[in-house]
Amino acid sequence: MIRNFIDGNEAIARGAVLAGCQLFAGYPITPATTIYQQMLRLLPAKGGICLQGEDEIASIGFCLGASMAGLKTMTATSGPGISLYSEQISFAIGGEIPLVIVDVQRLGPSTGSATKGADGDIQFMRWGCSGGLPVIVLAPVDVGDCFTLTMHAFNLAEKYRCPVFIASNKEIGMTCESIDLDSLATPEPLTREYCPSGQSYLPFKVESAAMVPSFLPIGGNRLVRQTSSTHGPEGYITADTEIIGVAIDRLEKKLVTAVDNFTFFELDSDPRAETLLIVYGVTARAAKTAVEQIRNGGKEISLLILKTLYPVPEDFLKRCLSKAKRVVVVEMNLGQYVREIERLVDEQPVIHYGRMDGELICPETIREVIGL
Amino acid sequence: MTTLLNRERPPVFCPGCSHEKIVRVLDNALQQLGLSGEQVVIVTDIGCAGLFDTFFNTHAFHGLHGRALTYATGLKMADPELTVITIMGDGGLGIGGAHFLSSCRRNLDINLLILNNFNYGMTGGQCSVTTPVEAATSSGFLNQLEPPLDICRIGVAAGAPWVGRAMATDGELSAQIAEAVFYQGFSMIDIWGVCPGRYSKRNKISLKQIEKEMSLLPAASGIVPANERQEFGSHYRSLAAQVQHPGSVSGINSIFSPPVRDRCNILLLGTAGQRINTAGEILCLSAMSAGMHVTQKNDYPITVLRGHSVSEVIFSRSPVGYTGIKKPHIVIALSAEGVARRKNVFSLLDTDSLIIAADNLEIPENNARTIKIDFKALGISTPDRALASLKVLAGEGYAITEEMLYAGLANRFTGKQLNEARSLICKAGQAEKRS
Repeated sequence: MIRNFIDGNEAIARGAVLAGCQLFAGYPITPATTIYQQMLRLLPAKGGICLQGEDEIASIGFCLGASMAGLKTMTATSGPGISLYSEQISFAIGGEIPLVIVDVQRLGPSTGSATKGADGDIQFMRWGCSGGLPVIVLAPVDVGDCFTLTMHAFNLAEKYRCPVFIASNKEIGMTCESIDLDSLATPEPLTREYCPSGQSYLPFKVESAAMVPSFLPIGGNRLVRQTSSTHGPEGYITADTEIIGVAIDRLEKKLVTAVDNFTFFELDSDPRAETLLIVYGVTARAAKTAVEQIRNGGKEISLLILKTLYPVPEDFLKRCLSKAKRVVVVEMNLGQYVREIERLVDEQPVIHYGRMDGELICPETIREVIGL
Repeated sequence: MTTLLNRERPPVFCPGCSHEKIVRVLDNALQQLGLSGEQVVIVTDIGCAGLFDTFFNTHAFHGLHGRALTYATGLKMADPELTVITIMGDGGLGIGGAHFLSSCRRNLDINLLILNNFNYGMTGGQCSVTTPVEAATSSGFLNQLEPPLDICRIGVAAGAPWVGRAMATDGELSAQIAEAVFYQGFSMIDIWGVCPGRYSKRNKISLKQIEKEMSLLPAASGIVPANERQEFGSHYRSLAAQVQHPGSVSGINSIFSPPVRDRCNILLLGTAGQRINTAGEILCLSAMSAGMHVTQKNDYPITVLRGHSVSEVIFSRSPVGYTGIKKPHIVIALSAEGVARRKNVFSLLDTDSLIIAADNLEIPENNARTIKIDFKALGISTPDRALASLKVLAGEGYAITEEMLYAGLANRFTGKQLNEARSLICKAGQAEKRS
């Protein structure tokens, strides 16, 4: 058996290159810096572009420009950088600009602890920009997920023309691990589909059945208009509330109604179990150990490791929740994703445990919380 | 040539606004250059200047306040053939100051037109970075406190190789724009004009007076010889073409059987310079040569070359779940700083645990079996002590075997480094005999 020894950040960089990333731009910040360093090793040598912006706002701006010229792009940062990205992220949502954003989360608030992990940005990634429209957030558990989910993220960004987050964590990004990269099930990289030649082109027009406008690059032989302002199909600023309403409704629906197509998860279900443990991110690793210990002790439990956090896969979650008598949510913050679970349960109690002090949540703590 | 003006979208500026004149001047310049709309992108930001892209039949990119140069940079890097014209007001220039400085310094082939009318017109005439101190604005007395910036002087200081300044009414402006756009590098023109809706309402100022004020400033009319250098994009591509591809991740073959029952937690406690992280990595590579699953994470201060260095290594026959170490099976203790960083774990060690420690080191009370190494007597210097400890560990046959250790070294080092590591391991073998 042959295995590789790499950390989550390198796995993201390698996954990005394999997915066809052509431009990376970033600004150094612990614990995300090594993604930028790896992209600098990998991308220029393959004819791609790697840039260090004067700040985070510039870095993501470079990505938006390059993406509109037809390149697959990625940027990576940590919580403080996501704050600076915020306005550009809402532009990427409204302008339907494909982009992968990696958040290697560190302990906040503010500058916090640069070298300590947390999952403190979970709701921030979903809601941290003006307008409140949805984005896709994928949460890796380990190095293997960093590799495969990054590839999925690029495909989703292309398919739905939207920013896609990878919600990593210092504890994944900067932990080296043995992994057989060749054994991982990876998706076929999607090529951006251009509007067929010979057709007239309106940059934000959608065909009746589709939810996503077809793409053409700025610089091509048919004119393209991109705008951060509310716009109609032609890409001109508009104050017509009917046109605005239709466009914004579509931005919400194109992701929310499609989430079943990209709900990533691991469900380890025991039909006899009354308790369903729900986790995501690095906490899932301790949860797996805890579940194994509980079962070794002769007790029943089901485990759901959710990897698509947003849009919330509501139908899927409801199906999982309907079989449980009680639900336990454990996460590396003081209670963020549990809010989504609480609104989806019928009457079952939801027990929450959160910790955000730079320490990983251990299997013993999870067992104590579950009480099995 | 034909006009690139968008007949369906005529300018909508306030009557008498200089911006409207500049729309026609820019169209004229693009015609002089013989450019078609498909060859050009007009990048704009927020404010009245931000309306510009809609008046042209070119590619258009309208974005956030002050960030136009960031998109322009991405567009130009992605498509070097594209003519990129960026239009910002004095407002966007202020809020996007870092991008302006960086663009001057970067020298990517982008043209920047600054539509300077000394105030934030669209939001009601507040002061900007170019508002004169004596002007009346809707910012009350605030503009009296901060003198206006000379954008051209800043551009020159920041490295822009083509810097111009002109009145919006200047008959030569379209020729000047054409020259700036044609220039292979970053070019900028500071274009002064009136804002009849806001600024001129409060300040009885004519174009003539504005022109007179401009004449008091140093002239800026094109190439800045001292700043001329290779254009960023072509320079980038020539340097990037020389970067060697690092190749794929090298794989570790599983060839031995491991001496570990299930899971083994190992803590390496030391100081910067003892190559603690490298030793942790070699431990992992050694374990992988016996098909073990491994994880490693390191803890060291943000500043390097001093302070603690701790490596946490986990081996397991099954995939590693929880990556924390509550209770180590093995502690390699090489410095007081490292020990202090994890002082609480020692009381948790039981009689099955093993400590390998430098003999002069004070170790907190514990029940573990301890092997002390007199590194000085063995002639093993500080940077080699962590590696040497691995040999002692292998000698115990506890977590790794000697053949695994040699495989680990061969996976980490090559050539001279590998030979040095191998002879260090031989030297460390003496420690086993003495302990």
